[in-house]
Amino acid sequence: MSDIHKLSGAYALDAVDDIERAAFERHLAECEDCRLEVASLRETTALLSESVAIAPPASLRDSVLTGISQIRPLPPVVVPARRAAWFPLLVAAAVLAVVGVGLAAWQPWSSTVDKTDQGSLTAAEQVLRAPDAQSVSVDLGDAGQATVTRSKALHKAVIKTVDMSDAPSGQVYQLWLQQHGELVSAGLMEGGGNQEIVLEGDAATASAAGVTVEPAGGSQTPNLPPVALFDFSQAT
Amino acid sequence: MDHLKPVPDGVASSEATPSGVDTAARLASLMQRSSRGDEAAFAELYDATSARAYGLALRVVRNPAHAEEVVQEAYLDTWRTSSRFDPARGTAIGWLLTIVHRKAVDRVRSAESATARDETYHRETRQTEHDTTLEAAHASLEAQRVRVAVAGLTEVQREAVELAFFGGYTHTQVATMLDVPVGTAKTRIRDGLIRLRDAMGVGS
Repeated sequence: MSDIHKLSGAYALDAVDDIERAAFERHLAECEDCRLEVASLRETTALLSESVAIAPPASLRDSVLTGISQIRPLPPVVVPARRAAWFPLLVAAAVLAVVGVGLAAWQPWSSTVDKTDQGSLTAAEQVLRAPDAQSVSVDLGDAGQATVTRSKALHKAVIKTVDMSDAPSGQVYQLWLQQHGELVSAGLMEGGGNQEIVLEGDAATASAAGVTVEPAGGSQTPNLPPVALFDFSQAT
Repeated sequence: MDHLKPVPDGVASSEATPSGVDTAARLASLMQRSSRGDEAAFAELYDATSARAYGLALRVVRNPAHAEEVVQEAYLDTWRTSSRFDPARGTAIGWLLTIVHRKAVDRVRSAESATARDETYHRETRQTEHDTTLEAAHASLEAQRVRVAVAGLTEVQREAVELAFFGGYTHTQVATMLDVPVGTAKTRIRDGLIRLRDAMGVGS
Protein backbone atom coordinates (compact mmCIF):
# COMPACT_ATOMS: atom_id res chain seq x y z
CA MET A 1 0.00 0.00 0.00
CA SER A 2 1.47 3.30 -0.99
CA ASP A 3 1.55 6.08 1.53
CA ILE A 4 -1.11 8.21 -0.06
CA HIS A 5 -3.78 5.56 0.62
CA LYS A 6 -3.33 6.20 4.30
CA LEU A 7 -4.62 9.72 3.90
CA SER A 8 -8.13 8.37 3.23
CA GLY A 9 -9.25 8.76 6.85
CA ALA A 10 -7.94 12.29 7.25
CA TYR A 11 -9.42 13.19 3.88
CA ALA A 12 -12.84 11.82 4.82
CA LEU A 13 -12.76 14.00 7.94
CA ASP A 14 -11.59 17.13 6.08
CA ALA A 15 -8.48 16.89 8.24
CA VAL A 16 -6.19 17.77 5.37
CA ASP A 17 -4.81 21.05 4.09
CA ASP A 18 -5.52 22.27 0.59
CA ILE A 19 -2.38 20.81 -0.92
CA GLU A 20 -2.97 17.38 0.57
CA ARG A 21 -6.58 17.49 -0.57
CA ALA A 22 -5.56 18.27 -4.12
CA ALA A 23 -2.99 15.49 -4.13
CA PHE A 24 -5.40 12.96 -2.66
CA GLU A 25 -8.17 13.84 -5.07
CA ARG A 26 -5.83 13.31 -7.97
CA HIS A 27 -5.12 9.93 -6.46
CA LEU A 28 -8.83 9.22 -5.97
CA ALA A 29 -9.45 9.71 -9.66
CA GLU A 30 -7.40 6.62 -10.36
CA CYS A 31 -7.88 4.49 -7.25
CA GLU A 32 -11.21 2.71 -6.99
CA ASP A 33 -10.27 1.19 -3.62
CA CYS A 34 -9.73 4.60 -2.11
CA ARG A 35 -12.95 5.98 -3.59
CA LEU A 36 -14.91 3.18 -1.95
CA GLU A 37 -13.05 3.55 1.31
CA VAL A 38 -13.62 7.30 1.46
CA ALA A 39 -17.31 6.81 0.67
CA SER A 40 -17.70 4.30 3.49
CA LEU A 41 -15.75 6.44 5.94
CA ARG A 42 -17.89 9.46 5.11
CA GLU A 43 -21.00 7.43 5.84
CA THR A 44 -19.38 6.54 9.13
CA THR A 45 -18.82 10.17 10.01
CA ALA A 46 -22.46 10.87 9.24
CA LEU A 47 -23.34 8.41 11.98
CA LEU A 48 -20.94 10.07 14.39
CA SER A 49 -22.91 13.28 13.93
CA GLU A 50 -25.81 11.50 15.56
CA SER A 51 -24.05 11.90 18.87
CA VAL A 52 -24.16 15.69 18.70
CA ALA A 53 -27.58 16.23 17.11
CA ILE A 54 -29.42 19.24 18.46
CA ALA A 55 -32.46 20.98 17.07
CA PRO A 56 -31.59 24.31 15.44
CA PRO A 57 -33.56 27.48 16.12
CA ALA A 58 -36.87 27.57 14.26
CA SER A 59 -35.81 30.76 12.52
CA LEU A 60 -33.13 28.84 10.66
CA ARG A 61 -35.77 26.77 8.89
CA ASP A 62 -37.44 29.92 7.62
CA SER A 63 -34.12 31.35 6.44
CA VAL A 64 -33.24 28.18 4.57
CA LEU A 65 -36.63 27.81 2.92
CA THR A 66 -36.67 31.47 1.95
CA GLY A 67 -33.17 31.09 0.59
CA ILE A 68 -33.90 28.13 -1.63
CA SER A 69 -36.95 29.80 -3.10
CA GLN A 70 -34.52 32.24 -4.71
CA ILE A 71 -32.09 29.66 -6.05
CA ARG A 72 -32.54 27.54 -9.13
CA PRO A 73 -31.20 24.00 -8.72
CA LEU A 74 -28.44 23.09 -11.12
CA PRO A 75 -29.45 21.00 -14.10
CA PRO A 76 -28.69 17.30 -13.91
CA VAL A 77 -25.50 15.87 -15.26
CA VAL A 78 -26.35 14.72 -18.73
CA VAL A 79 -24.13 12.15 -20.33
CA PRO A 80 -23.37 13.89 -23.59
CA ALA A 81 -23.32 12.42 -27.02
CA ARG A 82 -19.66 12.85 -26.53
CA ARG A 83 -17.92 13.63 -29.70
CA ALA A 84 -20.48 15.91 -31.24
CA ALA A 85 -21.49 17.82 -28.17
CA TRP A 86 -18.18 18.85 -26.77
CA PHE A 87 -17.01 21.75 -28.87
CA PRO A 88 -20.17 23.71 -29.66
CA LEU A 89 -21.31 23.35 -26.08
CA LEU A 90 -18.03 24.37 -24.69
CA VAL A 91 -17.70 27.63 -26.44
CA ALA A 92 -21.03 28.75 -25.07
CA ALA A 93 -20.33 27.14 -21.78
CA ALA A 94 -17.20 29.01 -20.93
CA VAL A 95 -19.30 32.16 -20.75
CA LEU A 96 -21.75 30.50 -18.38
CA ALA A 97 -18.99 29.20 -16.19
CA VAL A 98 -20.10 28.12 -12.76
CA VAL A 99 -17.29 29.96 -11.11
CA GLY A 100 -17.59 33.32 -12.73
CA VAL A 101 -19.15 35.70 -15.12
CA GLY A 102 -16.02 35.84 -17.20
CA LEU A 103 -16.00 36.08 -20.94
CA ALA A 104 -13.95 33.38 -22.50
CA ALA A 105 -11.17 34.53 -24.71
CA TRP A 106 -8.28 32.73 -26.27
CA GLN A 107 -5.14 34.38 -25.13
CA PRO A 108 -2.36 32.48 -26.70
CA TRP A 109 0.89 33.08 -24.99
CA SER A 110 4.21 32.09 -26.33
CA SER A 111 6.30 30.13 -23.96
CA THR A 112 9.88 31.00 -23.44
CA VAL A 113 12.56 28.43 -23.90
CA ASP A 114 14.85 28.29 -20.95
CA LYS A 115 18.09 26.45 -21.17
CA THR A 116 18.38 25.59 -17.52
CA ASP A 117 19.25 22.17 -16.30
CA GLN A 118 16.25 19.98 -17.09
CA GLY A 119 17.30 17.44 -14.51
CA SER A 120 16.41 19.67 -11.58
CA LEU A 121 13.03 20.73 -12.95
CA THR A 122 9.69 19.39 -11.88
CA ALA A 123 7.55 17.61 -14.44
CA ALA A 124 5.45 20.76 -14.78
CA GLU A 125 8.49 22.95 -15.27
CA GLN A 126 9.86 20.62 -17.90
CA VAL A 127 6.66 20.94 -19.91
CA LEU A 128 6.46 24.70 -19.43
CA ARG A 129 10.06 25.11 -20.61
CA ALA A 130 10.03 22.55 -23.38
CA PRO A 131 11.27 23.92 -26.71
CA ASP A 132 8.04 22.83 -28.41
CA ALA A 133 5.70 24.04 -25.64
CA GLN A 134 2.53 25.72 -26.84
CA SER A 135 -0.05 27.41 -24.67
CA VAL A 136 -3.62 28.55 -24.75
CA SER A 137 -5.21 30.65 -22.03
CA VAL A 138 -8.77 31.18 -20.91
CA ASP A 139 -9.73 34.33 -19.09
CA LEU A 140 -12.46 33.59 -16.53
CA GLY A 141 -12.96 37.22 -15.58
CA ASP A 142 -13.44 37.56 -11.84
CA ALA A 143 -12.86 33.84 -11.49
CA GLY A 144 -9.24 34.15 -12.60
CA GLN A 145 -7.27 32.77 -15.49
CA ALA A 146 -6.12 29.35 -16.60
CA THR A 147 -3.52 28.34 -19.15
CA VAL A 148 -2.80 24.92 -20.57
CA THR A 149 0.68 24.35 -21.97
CA ARG A 150 1.48 21.25 -23.96
CA SER A 151 4.69 19.69 -25.15
CA LYS A 152 4.10 17.05 -27.80
CA ALA A 153 7.68 15.91 -27.45
CA LEU A 154 7.14 15.21 -23.74
CA HIS A 155 3.58 13.92 -24.31
CA LYS A 156 2.49 16.06 -21.39
CA ALA A 157 0.32 19.08 -20.71
CA VAL A 158 0.25 21.35 -17.68
CA ILE A 159 -2.56 23.54 -16.46
CA LYS A 160 -1.50 26.69 -14.68
CA THR A 161 -4.13 28.71 -12.81
CA VAL A 162 -3.87 32.30 -11.65
CA ASP A 163 -6.21 33.55 -8.93
CA MET A 164 -8.78 30.99 -9.94
CA SER A 165 -11.90 30.75 -7.79
CA ASP A 166 -12.36 27.63 -5.74
CA ALA A 167 -14.76 24.98 -6.94
CA PRO A 168 -18.15 25.13 -5.21
CA SER A 169 -18.18 23.57 -1.78
CA GLY A 170 -18.23 19.79 -1.85
CA GLN A 171 -17.18 19.79 -5.47
CA VAL A 172 -13.94 19.67 -7.33
CA TYR A 173 -12.47 20.66 -10.66
CA GLN A 174 -11.82 17.78 -12.99
CA LEU A 175 -9.43 17.94 -15.92
CA TRP A 176 -10.10 16.27 -19.26
CA LEU A 177 -8.26 15.52 -22.46
CA GLN A 178 -10.17 15.01 -25.67
CA GLN A 179 -8.69 11.93 -27.30
CA HIS A 180 -10.04 10.97 -30.70
CA GLY A 181 -13.36 12.60 -29.92
CA GLU A 182 -13.64 10.94 -26.51
CA LEU A 183 -13.26 12.79 -23.25
CA VAL A 184 -10.83 11.11 -20.92
CA SER A 185 -10.31 12.18 -17.34
CA ALA A 186 -6.91 13.78 -16.78
CA GLY A 187 -7.17 14.01 -13.00
CA LEU A 188 -8.69 16.30 -10.41
CA MET A 189 -7.79 19.81 -9.37
CA GLU A 190 -8.96 20.72 -5.91
CA GLY A 191 -9.48 24.38 -5.25
CA GLY A 192 -8.37 27.23 -7.42
CA GLY A 193 -5.76 29.83 -6.62
CA ASN A 194 -2.38 29.53 -8.28
CA GLN A 195 -1.49 25.98 -9.22
CA GLU A 196 0.47 24.04 -11.77
CA ILE A 197 -0.81 20.54 -12.40
CA VAL A 198 0.40 18.01 -14.92
CA LEU A 199 -2.54 16.44 -16.73
CA GLU A 200 -2.66 12.68 -16.69
CA GLY A 201 -2.66 10.87 -20.00
CA ASP A 202 -0.94 11.37 -23.32
CA ALA A 203 -1.37 15.01 -24.22
CA ALA A 204 0.45 14.63 -27.54
CA THR A 205 -2.55 12.91 -29.13
CA ALA A 206 -5.19 15.13 -27.53
CA SER A 207 -7.05 17.78 -29.48
CA ALA A 208 -8.28 19.76 -26.50
CA ALA A 209 -8.26 20.01 -22.72
CA GLY A 210 -11.14 21.06 -20.52
CA VAL A 211 -12.05 21.80 -16.91
CA THR A 212 -15.40 20.83 -15.41
CA VAL A 213 -16.93 21.01 -11.94
CA GLU A 214 -17.71 17.57 -10.52
CA PRO A 215 -18.78 16.08 -7.21
CA ALA A 216 -15.93 15.38 -4.81
CA GLY A 217 -13.98 12.41 -6.06
CA GLY A 218 -14.62 13.21 -9.70
CA SER A 219 -16.85 11.68 -12.35
CA GLN A 220 -16.58 9.12 -15.11
CA THR A 221 -18.14 11.46 -17.62
CA PRO A 222 -17.82 15.23 -17.75
CA ASN A 223 -20.45 17.46 -16.27
CA LEU A 224 -21.17 19.96 -19.00
CA PRO A 225 -21.00 22.85 -19.38
CA PRO A 226 -17.35 23.12 -18.51
CA VAL A 227 -15.65 25.97 -16.78
CA ALA A 228 -12.99 26.30 -19.43
CA LEU A 229 -11.96 24.76 -22.72
CA PHE A 230 -8.50 24.79 -24.21
CA ASP A 231 -8.48 24.06 -27.93
CA PHE A 232 -4.99 22.94 -28.85
CA SER A 233 -5.48 24.00 -32.46
CA GLN A 234 -5.53 27.54 -31.07
CA ALA A 235 -2.34 27.10 -29.07
CA THR A 236 0.69 29.12 -29.94
CA MET B 1 -21.50 20.09 27.38
CA ASP B 2 -24.87 21.64 28.03
CA HIS B 3 -25.53 21.84 24.30
CA LEU B 4 -25.63 18.09 24.12
CA LYS B 5 -29.13 16.75 24.29
CA PRO B 6 -30.88 13.59 23.36
CA VAL B 7 -31.66 13.36 19.69
CA PRO B 8 -35.05 15.03 19.22
CA ASP B 9 -38.09 13.04 18.24
CA GLY B 10 -38.58 12.77 14.55
CA VAL B 11 -34.92 12.76 13.72
CA ALA B 12 -34.31 9.96 11.31
CA SER B 13 -32.32 7.02 12.45
CA SER B 14 -29.26 5.89 10.59
CA GLU B 15 -29.55 5.63 6.85
CA ALA B 16 -26.58 3.38 6.51
CA THR B 17 -27.94 0.42 8.37
CA PRO B 18 -30.40 -2.28 7.39
CA SER B 19 -32.98 -0.78 9.73
CA GLY B 20 -32.45 2.59 8.16
CA VAL B 21 -32.93 1.50 4.58
CA ASP B 22 -36.44 2.89 4.33
CA THR B 23 -35.31 6.19 5.75
CA ALA B 24 -32.36 6.30 3.40
CA ALA B 25 -34.63 5.67 0.45
CA ARG B 26 -37.01 8.36 1.63
CA LEU B 27 -34.25 10.94 2.02
CA ALA B 28 -32.80 10.00 -1.36
CA SER B 29 -36.21 10.46 -2.91
CA LEU B 30 -36.61 13.84 -1.21
CA MET B 31 -33.24 14.90 -2.54
CA GLN B 32 -34.18 13.89 -6.04
CA ARG B 33 -37.48 15.74 -5.85
CA SER B 34 -35.58 18.76 -4.58
CA SER B 35 -33.43 18.71 -7.69
CA ARG B 36 -36.62 19.26 -9.66
CA GLY B 37 -37.37 22.38 -7.64
CA ASP B 38 -39.79 20.78 -5.17
CA GLU B 39 -39.51 23.08 -2.16
CA ALA B 40 -41.91 21.03 -0.04
CA ALA B 41 -39.68 17.98 -0.49
CA PHE B 42 -36.68 20.04 0.57
CA ALA B 43 -38.53 21.27 3.65
CA GLU B 44 -39.19 17.66 4.57
CA LEU B 45 -35.54 16.83 3.99
CA TYR B 46 -34.59 19.74 6.23
CA ASP B 47 -36.88 18.59 9.01
CA ALA B 48 -35.42 15.09 8.90
CA THR B 49 -31.78 16.17 8.91
CA SER B 50 -31.39 19.63 10.43
CA ALA B 51 -30.70 18.46 13.99
CA ARG B 52 -27.70 16.49 12.85
CA ALA B 53 -26.52 19.26 10.50
CA TYR B 54 -26.84 21.95 13.14
CA GLY B 55 -25.40 19.82 15.92
CA LEU B 56 -22.37 18.98 13.81
CA ALA B 57 -21.80 22.58 12.74
CA LEU B 58 -22.19 23.81 16.29
CA ARG B 59 -19.79 21.21 17.61
CA VAL B 60 -17.10 22.32 15.17
CA VAL B 61 -17.53 26.10 15.11
CA ARG B 62 -18.86 26.51 18.69
CA ASN B 63 -20.56 29.83 18.09
CA PRO B 64 -24.34 29.34 17.57
CA ALA B 65 -24.64 32.27 15.16
CA HIS B 66 -21.75 30.95 13.09
CA ALA B 67 -23.21 27.47 13.17
CA GLU B 68 -26.49 28.78 11.80
CA GLU B 69 -24.64 30.51 8.98
CA VAL B 70 -22.73 27.35 8.17
CA VAL B 71 -25.91 25.26 8.13
CA GLN B 72 -27.79 27.80 6.05
CA GLU B 73 -25.00 27.88 3.46
CA ALA B 74 -24.79 24.10 3.44
CA TYR B 75 -28.50 23.63 2.82
CA LEU B 76 -28.50 26.23 0.05
CA ASP B 77 -25.57 24.43 -1.57
CA THR B 78 -27.34 21.12 -1.15
CA TRP B 79 -30.45 22.49 -2.82
CA ARG B 80 -28.45 24.01 -5.65
CA THR B 81 -26.42 20.87 -6.31
CA SER B 82 -29.11 18.30 -5.50
CA SER B 83 -29.13 17.02 -9.07
CA ARG B 84 -25.55 15.90 -8.48
CA PHE B 85 -26.59 13.57 -5.68
CA ASP B 86 -26.27 9.95 -6.76
CA PRO B 87 -27.91 7.42 -4.44
CA ALA B 88 -25.65 4.74 -5.87
CA ARG B 89 -22.64 6.52 -4.39
CA GLY B 90 -23.84 7.18 -0.86
CA THR B 91 -26.69 8.29 1.34
CA ALA B 92 -28.38 11.67 1.24
CA ILE B 93 -27.50 12.34 4.87
CA GLY B 94 -23.88 11.47 4.16
CA TRP B 95 -23.84 13.89 1.21
CA LEU B 96 -25.43 16.66 3.25
CA LEU B 97 -23.24 16.25 6.32
CA THR B 98 -20.11 16.14 4.17
CA ILE B 99 -21.05 19.59 2.90
CA VAL B 100 -21.86 20.82 6.41
CA HIS B 101 -18.61 19.54 7.87
CA ARG B 102 -16.48 20.98 5.11
CA LYS B 103 -18.10 24.39 5.51
CA ALA B 104 -17.72 24.27 9.28
CA VAL B 105 -14.06 23.35 8.98
CA ASP B 106 -13.44 26.06 6.41
CA ARG B 107 -15.13 28.49 8.76
CA VAL B 108 -12.96 27.75 11.77
CA ARG B 109 -9.77 27.62 9.75
CA SER B 110 -10.34 30.95 8.07
CA ALA B 111 -11.44 32.49 11.35
CA GLU B 112 -8.34 31.17 13.04
CA SER B 113 -6.03 32.58 10.44
CA ALA B 114 -7.84 35.91 10.79
CA THR B 115 -7.89 36.35 14.54
CA ALA B 116 -5.37 35.08 17.00
CA ARG B 117 -7.83 35.66 19.80
CA ASP B 118 -10.33 33.33 18.24
CA GLU B 119 -7.61 30.77 17.84
CA THR B 120 -6.72 30.97 21.49
CA TYR B 121 -10.35 30.67 22.44
CA HIS B 122 -10.87 27.63 20.27
CA ARG B 123 -7.74 25.97 21.50
CA GLU B 124 -8.58 26.49 25.14
CA THR B 125 -12.19 25.47 24.93
CA ARG B 126 -11.46 22.46 22.80
CA GLN B 127 -8.74 21.22 25.07
CA THR B 128 -11.17 21.04 27.90
CA GLU B 129 -14.04 19.54 25.99
CA HIS B 130 -12.75 17.46 23.14
CA ASP B 131 -12.45 14.28 25.10
CA THR B 132 -15.99 13.99 26.29
CA THR B 133 -18.30 14.36 23.32
CA LEU B 134 -18.13 10.87 21.98
CA GLU B 135 -18.59 9.41 25.41
CA ALA B 136 -21.72 11.32 26.26
CA ALA B 137 -24.82 9.23 26.72
CA HIS B 138 -27.71 9.73 24.37
CA ALA B 139 -31.24 8.58 24.07
CA SER B 140 -31.57 7.32 20.54
CA LEU B 141 -30.75 3.81 19.49
CA GLU B 142 -28.49 5.20 16.83
CA ALA B 143 -26.52 7.21 19.30
CA GLN B 144 -26.36 4.12 21.46
CA ARG B 145 -24.90 2.17 18.57
CA VAL B 146 -22.39 4.93 17.93
CA ARG B 147 -21.46 4.90 21.58
CA VAL B 148 -20.84 1.18 21.57
CA ALA B 149 -18.72 1.49 18.45
CA VAL B 150 -16.73 4.37 19.91
CA ALA B 151 -16.13 2.32 23.04
CA GLY B 152 -14.40 -0.21 20.79
CA LEU B 153 -11.74 2.29 19.80
CA THR B 154 -8.43 2.50 21.54
CA GLU B 155 -8.01 5.65 23.56
CA VAL B 156 -5.49 7.10 21.13
CA GLN B 157 -7.70 6.35 18.13
CA ARG B 158 -10.72 7.99 19.74
CA GLU B 159 -8.71 11.04 20.64
CA ALA B 160 -7.34 11.44 17.12
CA VAL B 161 -10.72 10.97 15.41
CA GLU B 162 -12.35 13.34 17.86
CA LEU B 163 -9.84 16.14 17.30
CA ALA B 164 -9.97 15.74 13.54
CA PHE B 165 -13.73 15.41 13.13
CA PHE B 166 -15.26 17.52 15.89
CA GLY B 167 -12.23 19.70 16.46
CA GLY B 168 -11.79 20.48 12.78
CA TYR B 169 -8.02 20.13 13.04
CA THR B 170 -5.83 18.82 10.25
CA HIS B 171 -4.04 15.54 10.84
CA THR B 172 -0.72 17.38 11.11
CA GLN B 173 -2.19 19.68 13.76
CA VAL B 174 -3.56 16.61 15.54
CA ALA B 175 -0.08 15.09 15.47
CA THR B 176 1.36 18.21 17.07
CA MET B 177 -1.38 18.39 19.70
CA LEU B 178 -0.90 14.76 20.63
CA ASP B 179 2.87 15.00 20.31
CA VAL B 180 3.15 12.06 17.94
CA PRO B 181 4.73 11.78 14.47
CA VAL B 182 2.53 12.92 11.56
CA GLY B 183 2.31 9.42 10.16
CA THR B 184 1.10 8.12 13.50
CA ALA B 185 -1.77 10.59 13.72
CA LYS B 186 -2.75 9.84 10.14
CA THR B 187 -2.80 6.12 10.86
CA ARG B 188 -4.76 6.50 14.09
CA ILE B 189 -7.42 8.54 12.32
CA ARG B 190 -7.78 6.03 9.51
CA ASP B 191 -7.64 2.94 11.68
CA GLY B 192 -10.11 4.50 14.11
CA LEU B 193 -12.58 5.34 11.37
CA ILE B 194 -12.30 1.91 9.80
CA ARG B 195 -12.94 0.30 13.17
CA LEU B 196 -15.98 2.50 13.71
CA ARG B 197 -17.24 1.72 10.22
CA ASP B 198 -16.91 -2.01 10.76
CA ALA B 199 -18.44 -1.86 14.23
CA MET B 200 -21.45 0.03 12.92
CA GLY B 201 -21.81 -2.14 9.86
CA VAL B 202 -21.52 0.66 7.34
CA GLY B 203 -21.26 -0.49 3.76
CA SER B 204 -19.64 1.72 1.21
